[in-house]
Amino acid sequence: MADMSTTPLTQLDRVVIRFAGDSGDGMQLTGDRFTSDTASLGNDLSTLPNFPAEIRAPQGTLPGVSSFQVHFADHDIATPGDAPDVLVAMNPAALKANLGDLPRGATLIVNSDEFGKRNLAKVGYTSNPLEDGSLVEAGYQLHALPLTSMTVEALAPFESLTRKEKERAKNMLALGLLSWLYSRDTAGTEAFLRAKFGAAPQILEANLTALRAGHAYGETTEGFAVRYQVAPAPMPPGTYRTITGNQALALGLVAAAERAGLHLVLGSYPITPASDILHQLSALKRHGVTTLQAEDEIAAIGMALGASFGGALGVTTTSGPGLALKSETIGLAVSTELPLVIVDIQRGGPSTGLPTKTEQSDLLQAMYGRNGESPVPVVAAKSPTDCFDAAIEAARIATAFRTPVILLSDGYLGNGSEPWSVPTVADLPDLRVSFASEANDLDGEGRPVFHPFKRDPDTLARPWAVPGTPGLEHRIGGIEKADVTGHISYDPANHDRMVRLRQAKVDRVAATIPPLEVDDPSGEARVLVLGWGSTYGPIAAATRLVRATGGHVARAHLRHLNPFPADLGEVLRRYDRVVLPEMNLGQLAMLLRARYLVDVQSHTAVRGLPFTAAELAQVIHEHLLALAPEEVSV
Amino acid sequence: MTIQLGLPTRGTDGVPTVPDGTSLTKKDFTSDQEVRWCPGCGDYAVLAAVQGFLPELGLRRENIVFVSGIGCSSRFPYYLDTYGMHSIHGRAPAIATGLATAREDLSVWVVTGDGDALSIGGNHLIHAMRRNVNLTILLFNNKIYGLTKGQYSPTSNVGAVTKSTPAGSVDHPFNPVSLALGAEATFVARTMDSDRAHLTEVLRAAAAHRGTALVEIYQNCPIFNDGAFELLKDRDQAEARIAHLRAGEPVRVGSGDAAQVVVRDTTGRLAVVPVGEVTDEQQVIVHDPSDPDPSQAFALSRLDDATMQHMPMGIFREVTRATYDDAVRAQVDEAVERAGEGVSLDALLRGKDTWTVDGTRPGEVEQTLEGEVTEGPTAAAGDALVQEADEVRPE
Repeated sequence: MADMSTTPLTQLDRVVIRFAGDSGDGMQLTGDRFTSDTASLGNDLSTLPNFPAEIRAPQGTLPGVSSFQVHFADHDIATPGDAPDVLVAMNPAALKANLGDLPRGATLIVNSDEFGKRNLAKVGYTSNPLEDGSLVEAGYQLHALPLTSMTVEALAPFESLTRKEKERAKNMLALGLLSWLYSRDTAGTEAFLRAKFGAAPQILEANLTALRAGHAYGETTEGFAVRYQVAPAPMPPGTYRTITGNQALALGLVAAAERAGLHLVLGSYPITPASDILHQLSALKRHGVTTLQAEDEIAAIGMALGASFGGALGVTTTSGPGLALKSETIGLAVSTELPLVIVDIQRGGPSTGLPTKTEQSDLLQAMYGRNGESPVPVVAAKSPTDCFDAAIEAARIATAFRTPVILLSDGYLGNGSEPWSVPTVADLPDLRVSFASEANDLDGEGRPVFHPFKRDPDTLARPWAVPGTPGLEHRIGGIEKADVTGHISYDPANHDRMVRLRQAKVDRVAATIPPLEVDDPSGEARVLVLGWGSTYGPIAAATRLVRATGGHVARAHLRHLNPFPADLGEVLRRYDRVVLPEMNLGQLAMLLRARYLVDVQSHTAVRGLPFTAAELAQVIHEHLLALAPEEVSV
Repeated sequence: MTIQLGLPTRGTDGVPTVPDGTSLTKKDFTSDQEVRWCPGCGDYAVLAAVQGFLPELGLRRENIVFVSGIGCSSRFPYYLDTYGMHSIHGRAPAIATGLATAREDLSVWVVTGDGDALSIGGNHLIHAMRRNVNLTILLFNNKIYGLTKGQYSPTSNVGAVTKSTPAGSVDHPFNPVSLALGAEATFVARTMDSDRAHLTEVLRAAAAHRGTALVEIYQNCPIFNDGAFELLKDRDQAEARIAHLRAGEPVRVGSGDAAQVVVRDTTGRLAVVPVGEVTDEQQVIVHDPSDPDPSQAFALSRLDDATMQHMPMGIFREVTRATYDDAVRAQVDEAVERAGEGVSLDALLRGKDTWTVDGTRPGEVEQTLEGEVTEGPTAAAGDALVQEADEVRPE
């Protein structure tokens, strides 16, 4: 789009914008498009979609507010931003629900058309905040614009469209205006609209017109004193795309299967916020991916396990309530010692909890949520793009050790997006596996025989002998098996041995994982901030803040929750204090205290939202202060 | 539009067979494990019949898999020298679905009981049948929980006095055949543990059927429900009660003077009447298991009640419908074929919207830190520089 603007341009290093509206207003799409156009500009970015569980909550109400926050910068950033610099509010509910998060001085772009008496009353406004001066008094830069009527007016030539249809394009008008304000090119969005509405030329033209009208309004209005520019961020050379955690995880599974030379079979049952992985993989049949939408969570993992028995990479994807239902089958996979990847995109619990909000409260369920001594390796992704690598790592452990592996992500990672330096398949880890093909032992009379539970001396993995292999016919199951032969055994000593062998096998995974990486640039830190999963971004940003004020703090992040890296105990003991933020009530802290007898300091919150960097920086400051009051300036 | 998928038609199509001129024997299918059912258990007879029948299929032993759930009958796989999985309670149909879909070259069998299949695993059973996965399901029905020592099951009669129903069961039982027909199973049959010839005949048809074949096998539990099917085992009683379902033949019960026939009465219901009372031959029900409409098969299944006065045995339904596993594989195969050489995982990872960074560039603006409290974007950072409109492009 040609730029005719003469408004002065201000250079910014980073901006946080939150688009908020009714759940039918298309705010997620608007945010997605702004993100895409921002990515192609070369900014680093991070996003946080936040939407209600209801598909269309009652219009104009607080529970119906859907928002999308995007943080973009000319440098490396780690979070979607603590607080918006700009709030785009499409109705009174969106204003009211989000205003509390806005710092003084923030810019408000509000659709004044929606601020009629009825809509104001719906959310308890007794006077119109756009007119009563309260917002300006509070220090906000208010731009009250009639976005709906501007859209309808711009679309006046479209006689075949109803008023309602025209109004629906108001999100594109808002996007056009924001694109002008932040110097984004809308070519990507125009191409996107062409692909989406190619079959409906009227709708396509209407959307394009609204988008351009928003941009043109910015160029001609004198309402905005400055517009802004955020330069590209320096990033390592490579090919980049933006990707959400769930997309990355799905691609990671496909890549893992390819690198393992295995057929990927997903058994899944729809559940928020994991369903996107099922959708993604269902569309990848041309890559040989089989997806089975099962009748329930139990059948979903059963199908995956059946496929694994048949020599495929069996995977099931779910969220917390589904993981609870899968427990017994995970136990069967522990007993049969078959590879299986169980993906849990965690959400707020217990029970149905907060389906669209994030939490890290399934860790103990993943670790221990089964009957009997039932050890399962657990790995966690730390960022949206890391979901790709975490999926490959889960598949590596599952196939190499013939074990179910639980991969933990969460709603924040699953739906959040960031730029991804796209890897080359040939550079990914080699996960090739070999199936058993011949006898592996001798029977009592010295004749060759196949023993399904004769283990690899290094990994303790048992052979993966798939049906169709002549001479290796055998039976597996959930009843305790005799060591080596795999026959049913109720022998007390054998059971004790098998329980310990299964634990030892999982413990041996630790020998194949790298030492814990500790970020301690000054080498003078006495406080270590440890994290796992999606707290990675907030912790990284918080430690930067603390270091900027002269504080010394070290940071480490766990990919492997079971087994832990071999040097974890040593790392923990190296510091005077270990601080562990978690979006649960201290689940990892409890594990670490029990395992290493280290007095881990837990910081917890379960609000359904990620930590803010400022909050964690404050927590770290308090710990620094407690250790050395004289050295710390807060 | 009907998509011609060119799918296989026999249950064992695609499963490798033994080399020409060779054959396996019952012994080849007998594992070295000691069979541990109670003396007199009906399971022994079924095991012997299955071991005796499997060589007839001519399949390679290593391409046969038995998957079971939990219960007495679910120990079955241990006694067969094939591949097998003794899984968890009720879930065998789900596990078998995954296996059968992933592996076209396997003959997959499910062994289950009335508690396993119809109570805890009811959901998986009905969904396997509606999907029509290529499986043969042997449902051992002894109308009791045996392994947990004698509680009533979902097929126990109302009034059944068991350990958990000392005052008699108040649960209305399932009729497994009616249930299977309701779930639109494409093959539904009923047979008896002690009738080796009939059992084998039904197994033969079930194995040949492509899709889910549900075979209900009445099976005696000598410990907790002995004699449950005695009325059908006693030669004279059986003669008077069992209606052997044979394709193309009238449905009859008994013989000689006591011969009865199943007719559709004036209300449209099925009734069993003495042959001599039939006034209109048109009313006599001629069995047609291939009828796409399952309603007559369902009506026949309702002739059975707790008194076992009339007991249809044999194949109720045998129709052709695309199987789930074939259709799933066909979709994948077709997509792979259409993509041809053009499919590239690297291209998939890149997606449609990429940009390239070929060097690092210094940031031009002093950085603010995430979480730092600032007062809006104008105060955020940097010098306000007035520029001519100058679009920033990625390198």
